[in-house]
Amino acid sequence: MEKVLEVNDLHVSFKTYGGEVKAVRGVNFNLYKGETLAIVGESGCGKSVTSQSIMRLIPNPPGRITNGSILFKGKDLTKLKETQMRSIRGADISMIFQDPMTALNPTITIGEQLVEGILQHKSISRQEGKKVALEMLDLVGIPNPQERFKHHPHQFSGGMRQRIVIAMALVCKPEVLIADEPTTALDVTIQAQILDLFKDIQKKTGVSIILITHDLGVVAQVADRIAVMYAGKIVEAGSRREIFYQPQHPYTKGLLNSVPRLDLVGAELVPIGGTPPDLFSPPAGCPFTARCSYAMEVCDRAYPFKTHLSQDHHVDCWLQDERAMNRLTSVK
Amino acid sequence: MTTYIVKRLFAMLITLWLIITLTFFLMHAVPGSPFNEERATNETVQKNLEKFYHLDKPLYVQYGLYLKSVVTFDFGPSIKKSSQTVNEMLGRGFPISFELGMITLIVAVLSGITLGVIAALRHNGIIDYLAMTIAVLGISIPNFVMATLLIQVIAVNWQILPVATWVSPKHMILPTLALATGPMAIIARLTRASMLEVLTQDYIRTAKAKGLSPVKIVFKHALRNALLPVVTVLGSLAASILTGTFVIEKIFAIPGMGKYFVESINQRDYPVIMGTTVFYSTILIMMLFLVDIAYGILDPRIKLHKKEGS
Amino acid sequence: MELRKQPERHIAPNIPDEWFVPKASNQAEAEAVVRPSLSYWQDAWLRLLKNKLAMAGLTFLILLTFMAIFGPMMSPHDMTEQKLVNQNLPPSSQHWFGTDELGRDVFSRTWFGARISLFVGIVAALIDFIIGVVYGGFAGYKGGKADHVMMRIVEILYGLPYLLIVILISVVMGPGLFTIIFALTITGWIGMARIVRGQVLQIKNYEFVLASKTFGTKTSRIIRKNLLPNTMGPIIVQMTLTVPSAIFAEAFLSFLGLGIQPPFASWGSMASDGLSTILSGHWWRLFFPAFFISLTMFSFNVLGDGLQDALDPKLRR
Repeated sequence: MEKVLEVNDLHVSFKTYGGEVKAVRGVNFNLYKGETLAIVGESGCGKSVTSQSIMRLIPNPPGRITNGSILFKGKDLTKLKETQMRSIRGADISMIFQDPMTALNPTITIGEQLVEGILQHKSISRQEGKKVALEMLDLVGIPNPQERFKHHPHQFSGGMRQRIVIAMALVCKPEVLIADEPTTALDVTIQAQILDLFKDIQKKTGVSIILITHDLGVVAQVADRIAVMYAGKIVEAGSRREIFYQPQHPYTKGLLNSVPRLDLVGAELVPIGGTPPDLFSPPAGCPFTARCSYAMEVCDRAYPFKTHLSQDHHVDCWLQDERAMNRLTSVK
Repeated sequence: MTTYIVKRLFAMLITLWLIITLTFFLMHAVPGSPFNEERATNETVQKNLEKFYHLDKPLYVQYGLYLKSVVTFDFGPSIKKSSQTVNEMLGRGFPISFELGMITLIVAVLSGITLGVIAALRHNGIIDYLAMTIAVLGISIPNFVMATLLIQVIAVNWQILPVATWVSPKHMILPTLALATGPMAIIARLTRASMLEVLTQDYIRTAKAKGLSPVKIVFKHALRNALLPVVTVLGSLAASILTGTFVIEKIFAIPGMGKYFVESINQRDYPVIMGTTVFYSTILIMMLFLVDIAYGILDPRIKLHKKEGS
Repeated sequence: MELRKQPERHIAPNIPDEWFVPKASNQAEAEAVVRPSLSYWQDAWLRLLKNKLAMAGLTFLILLTFMAIFGPMMSPHDMTEQKLVNQNLPPSSQHWFGTDELGRDVFSRTWFGARISLFVGIVAALIDFIIGVVYGGFAGYKGGKADHVMMRIVEILYGLPYLLIVILISVVMGPGLFTIIFALTITGWIGMARIVRGQVLQIKNYEFVLASKTFGTKTSRIIRKNLLPNTMGPIIVQMTLTVPSAIFAEAFLSFLGLGIQPPFASWGSMASDGLSTILSGHWWRLFFPAFFISLTMFSFNVLGDGLQDALDPKLRR
């Protein structure tokens, strides 16, 4: 499979009054053509920062990519000049943000907001740009695009606005679409429609999608592969099947146990106790130790090695060490 | 939109009526004013007054007739300058005051917005601190102090510009500068605050994610929204500039309406005070009305939602 | 723990076996809250202390208050004492700020002017506060039709050109301190009423207030713990910013001859008198009142800005 995006050892920090917050601490993943990769985790785990780093939209100062590389078609995005990066944003890599109510400029017509993105990257006439925009509005399911083109954002419902936002992200036929919590602000029924739209669009355009979410229900519907983030690191990753049916990391299990599932009728919902660690001074060992019911001495002292369980599936946890395994089986 | 305009128009008319009524009865309540006991020093003046204000008729009739003459923009005679009417004085003085006020407003708006935008874009930088220190100084130094300071330093000590009067563009610089500093500072602070808020909005991030250039983001996406709150204060700024012309015209000896007004206050020329107040109030209230309409045009959401905070 | 698939096993190098034992319970540690809890006012005060400009403003205002009270006593010359032989003397050891055209001591007059300015500013702010809180609070609390009517009235009054009305009233009532304060407050309370009403309206329906009510918290406690901290911020800021605008209005009126009358002095009337001397080089007569009025307004403005930042509950971190 063709690799579209390759993130290696990404580190991102924010300078604040209290010191440096290490929001992302060595993230690795690949994105393949036409797939949907979901990055899941609690708020503050660094998933949004990771996605904004790919777009180089981290506000600097205070934020900064301190280490690592982001390879897109052989180019390292972290090394590009701002002007070069600008020609990639919206054209090759697009982004959708959480709240469709605020993501559109309230004083500009949605038509203009679509067309300006096209004209920024393609040297075509305004008339042709409008044609492209209308086609795109039609594709995302806006009825009556010709007339709606002149309307302002406040004249649309939340679900419609998110469709417009998606249309805006897709006007230049990007290869990568990053969707940061695209359904969180929407009603449940609208959520399903938008997720269907994602699948539909992927089929039609072959775009690769990075889906950032905390909602495992959303993930179950659309993701091909899943990366679980905790305290600035990807602690486990694998195919959707592997993560849902063979979770290895106690955190992944905790996440799965805390959401209702149709396939496990009668299972009790168990919240994960405690809060994530302070990223001003992240612990040297596994950051989940304090909340982990399997915690061992080693977890506090060293960060676990990466264990590969299959081609896609890997996990950072000391429980994968043979000695932990032996102990657990002997206890049983 | 139409209902909105009609509503504003209605409020405007009520305010105007309130001012006319207030001035009329206040002027009649002043002890020693020619409207009740005291006779004017000059025979012809007294005759003019009686004729115009119908002083021989009961008060409510006087009031009704005064309302009628005000509606037709006739403010009657002066009591100190026997051969003059308030209209003549306005005709002579107002164009000059208007010129001073308009130039000041334009200078204040343009420089204030520029300063505010630059400060916001360089948030927490040296330029930001410098611009905001200038702005706080600007709102803290009263315009008459600013005027005297400018005269002392630029006109008297350095002798670069003329001390007073209003005859050539060169003469206009100091009065305009003195009058514009305060409004400019207010606009700069407001623009900066509003710009900073707009720049954190999600739609700005969306615009960045589209790959738009910073120039486009600032001018097309941020500035228009950031200027909405600035538009709303233009009405009250115009009012403060207008009252500012009173002292500025006095200091710089500019023969505008403000100078006549101050004179009429000191000489207790009641018809002039009354006429000028009503005239200026009308202009200011119309200004507020225009600002509201402009706001409705600039912000497409106003058609659906009621104006906030009212 | 259940493993459906047995993947290959690893043994990490350089990690001793004895570390693979269960860790002592640390649930308490995970739940501990790091940030010390400060009350709203403590927190706001600490943040105000950090704002250097606001603190400079506050320091100056304290000094100014001290001088307004004791300043006129420090000078051997009474502010109304006239000695024509002493007219227009430059600052000296005898007359620290010089004298005016009647030989009066500018030093004494300046601090007397400070009294007037501070008095007008503070009294105007207080009256605005009282009327504004009563009117705005009532409108916001009642809501519905009463609120609608009361706010229409405010809207109409808001259109009145403030200084014109003040001038008009001063003309009618004759100049003086009382007139100035009356004229200032007759339109001044509108801004405060709008703010109070907005605050009350907003907070009345806040979920945390409703939550307190459902817990059966006493009304007085809700007001003290919930409503006050959240409404007082904008009100205090508005009051702080009312003071300089009242001081300006007094100076403006006095400058036009509608304010404090001789032999008493206000910064506005002193500046107005000093204006005529600008060409004769008696700079001190203009400089001192102009300087102190600007510095006072500056101090109130930076203090108001500082309070605005310090009292905003949303900015707490």
